[in-house]
Amino acid sequence: MTSLSALELRVAPGRRRREAFVRAAFAVAAGLTVVVSAAIVLSLLGNALSFILKVDLGALWSDGWFPRRGMYDIKTIVAGTLIIAGIAMLVAAPLGIATALYLSEYAGRRTRSILKPVLELLAAIPSVVLGFFALTWISPNLIQRFTDAPLFSMASAGIAVGILVTPLVSSVAEDAMHAVPDYLREASYGLGARRRTTSVRVVVPAAVSGIVAALLLGISRAIGETMIVAIAAGATGGSLFGLNPLEPGQTMTAAMTALAIGSDQVRGAALTFESLFFVGLLLFLMTLSLNLASEAFVRRVRRLY
Amino acid sequence: MTATSPSAGDLVALRLRGGGFDWRSYLLHGAMLLAMLLALGILLVLLADVAMRALPVLTQRPLDFLTSDLSSRPARAGIVQGLIGSLLLVFFVAILAIPVGVGAAVYLEEYARDTRITRFVRTNIRNLAGVPAIVYGLLGLAVFVTLLGLGKILIVGGLTLAILVLPIVVITTSEALRAVPGSIREAALGVGATRWEMVRSHVLPYAAPGILTGTILSLARAFGETAPLLMVGAVAGTFSGHGGLIEQLTGPYTALPTIVFNWAGQPQDEFRSLTAATIVVLVAVILLVNGTAIVLRNRYDRRW
Repeated sequence: MTSLSALELRVAPGRRRREAFVRAAFAVAAGLTVVVSAAIVLSLLGNALSFILKVDLGALWSDGWFPRRGMYDIKTIVAGTLIIAGIAMLVAAPLGIATALYLSEYAGRRTRSILKPVLELLAAIPSVVLGFFALTWISPNLIQRFTDAPLFSMASAGIAVGILVTPLVSSVAEDAMHAVPDYLREASYGLGARRRTTSVRVVVPAAVSGIVAALLLGISRAIGETMIVAIAAGATGGSLFGLNPLEPGQTMTAAMTALAIGSDQVRGAALTFESLFFVGLLLFLMTLSLNLASEAFVRRVRRLY
Repeated sequence: MTATSPSAGDLVALRLRGGGFDWRSYLLHGAMLLAMLLALGILLVLLADVAMRALPVLTQRPLDFLTSDLSSRPARAGIVQGLIGSLLLVFFVAILAIPVGVGAAVYLEEYARDTRITRFVRTNIRNLAGVPAIVYGLLGLAVFVTLLGLGKILIVGGLTLAILVLPIVVITTSEALRAVPGSIREAALGVGATRWEMVRSHVLPYAAPGILTGTILSLARAFGETAPLLMVGAVAGTFSGHGGLIEQLTGPYTALPTIVFNWAGQPQDEFRSLTAATIVVLVAVILLVNGTAIVLRNRYDRRW
């Protein structure tokens, strides 16, 4: 019987080299994702900083968002963004949570297997399409029929953003309800509770962290949504500070779009390029903190069950 | 006990219901069904409304519409540059984002040990997935257009979209890799395979359906994305956009969603119909691709 030495069991040099090469290539790929984050933060910070240094600080708190006149009123675009996100959540929170509860607690397997893919298809509709829908259908049929609002309004854009966000809220909330262990339901039924009581008093409270996470994620997505508001909210027509949802409004994202495509810009006008990144940084920080908060709530669900 | 008197079970059930008609349960059930119907109804209304508006263009000149150039005259306007632009963009996203994304996922799932650094990389990828699309446009504008001086060309659009979908590719691929049980890996390592041989011959084939679905969905996402393209200069107006491949890649470009955005802002009524027709093309492609991905996933969804 021959015995193998450790030397013979060693991987051949060619194989080992290939192994090292492949490993390095994959590591570089993973490292690239960090580079992307760094590039985002640096490009936002750099240009935003030069904006802050050059701009007259009084211009940040004036009557409206008119970059070409040197008026960069932050409260106008932040208010517009928050109003539209608020309207969106008025639509998405009830629709999303009710849909999630139905899918998780009431629907049978067959119903689920049909409804879930349809919701995914709704989630796949590009936002630019929903923007057109907001302008041509939601605004005349849901807003102008009952009020004397103009065609472009924060309300119609907000409803469309809500529709866009609903599948996301529903899917995250359903995951949380799904993670509630069955023994809680069985204990509830064992005490004689009916399905409604079990759903509303046991499953929802047990999944509340996940539901909060879903709502935070929804708000974050609504704040970052661009195309719907750029098309339907009135954009440059809403640049004057205002809080009425039935009026046109300007959001952070729509203001950035207007700057980028030049519909609100005289070429070479002083600080328009830098102001784009200033608004971008603000948007980035808002969505990042919402996403981090949402993730903290999701971790809580995982720790509990 | 006569046949007409309620059975013991019925009596218990009656007591449990509180002795009466349980209207609150019906209310909750009804409300949930209504929410469900609303969510799905919106999808139907949207598709029907857009299809109706698109009808004049799609019936009168379906081929002409697909093969004509952009134009400010509604009767002659078509979307051929958008079709070419979108296809080239998706091609770029595919060749850039898929290898890098799958590679990063393989490294994180199969190679990396659970250290502080890998945990940081993972968290970072999850956060990247939540960054608004328009911010990726700013990245492209600052780095590719301005810093590298590439200008507003199609390659830059492709790079920007590739970076946008990269975290999605990494996350879906990671999930697919995690679903492959450890015993499969042990089998490969047990017969002397190196790590890469194990990944290539055992892990990737089993994870392939999941990876494929994830990448298809991310390509569909890139296909419908508009905001970052506006930042890095997809043209919203008219331009010729013809010539060889090199000219296509390094010249002005546009994409289907960009055309939708531009035409949606046109005041003339004829453009409403043109916009709707473009949306029909865009949504048809996306629903087809997504539907295929969902069917694929359900068919190859394997439980270990």
